[in-house]
Amino acid sequence: MVSALINVPAKAKRGEIIEIKTLMSHVMETGYRHTADGEVVPRNIITGFACRYNGVEIFRADLFPAIAANPFITFSAVATESGKFDFEWIGDNGFAETASASISVE
Amino acid sequence: MKAAGTIAVAALLIAADIAASPLSATEIPQGERRSGYSFMSPDTKAMQNDDTANPGMLWVRDGEVQWNTRSGAAGKACADCHNDARASMTGVAARYPAFDRELGRPVNLEQRINLCRARHQQATALPYESRELLALTAFVAQQSRGVGIEAGTDPQLEPFIARGRELFMQRQGQLNLGCTNCHDDNWDKRLAGSAITQAQPTGYPLYRLEWQSLGSLQRRLRSCITGIRAQPYDYGAPELVELELYLMSRAQGMPIETPAVRP
Repeated sequence: MVSALINVPAKAKRGEIIEIKTLMSHVMETGYRHTADGEVVPRNIITGFACRYNGVEIFRADLFPAIAANPFITFSAVATESGKFDFEWIGDNGFAETASASISVE
Repeated sequence: MKAAGTIAVAALLIAADIAASPLSATEIPQGERRSGYSFMSPDTKAMQNDDTANPGMLWVRDGEVQWNTRSGAAGKACADCHNDARASMTGVAARYPAFDRELGRPVNLEQRINLCRARHQQATALPYESRELLALTAFVAQQSRGVGIEAGTDPQLEPFIARGRELFMQRQGQLNLGCTNCHDDNWDKRLAGSAITQAQPTGYPLYRLEWQSLGSLQRRLRSCITGIRAQPYDYGAPELVELELYLMSRAQGMPIETPAVRP
């Protein structure tokens, strides 16, 4: 199953502010809903997201039950050097996904 | 007497006109047709415009994997017969629902995929609204993005379109409303803060923020029918396919947007 959509510009000028967009496939079940039989649907959410730029963490977010399914997280960064962005999502029931994207800085 | 006769004839003509006109007079003129997209906020439009922000693309990508995966007793993948969907599936979704000769009635894209699975892959049918069926449908339909809708041009479909239209015009449910009362007569107004759209089925299957998921046109129709407090037809019911067919023929020429995003 394809789980992440990532948008990082392939090229940037040194010092340029770039926009990074990430979309992760996840149901984000709140844990507050009930089935027709009255049973609680157990919570199943992403709890954390982090982005590293050439190994250095540049962005981190905690996620909570009120966040909609398929969380879309977008943020900006300063393009300092060519290299790799590594993304990581962790969540309930041992959920762990990673993705990465490269950038070349001139 | 003569004057009275003239008046009577005029009254009859007016009565005949009223009886005939509610169906034709309320329909949306070609030039005023608008996709649901044009009613949306800039934020939701931006979501649909960017394939890395459009959650519907998650299903499309899944569908592409399925397209190339062998399934069923025949051990065939969609790609084994249809090759590259980017070439073979262009414009296909714009022609559905289409007439199936063996069944003698129109089938929608989901039903065509399941017929293909049964007839050629010897695989079990995928349940309606399952992730697999939505993904495959979205992947096939996305190949028609930008193609004008052509569904309903086949003359064999005429009686089915007529029945779909009848259902669209029919008042029903505890609120005693027909589709036409909102989507032909009041599409420029709002209902509880939300835009009433023209019911142009240009982007299905589409990602609805309210559903937090992709969903089919039949899901949309069933929620609308529940909304007027009528008993919804089951998924795959001929009535829903006829309604789909009428809506698609009503939107002829409008471009496919799959996977669209809607509030």
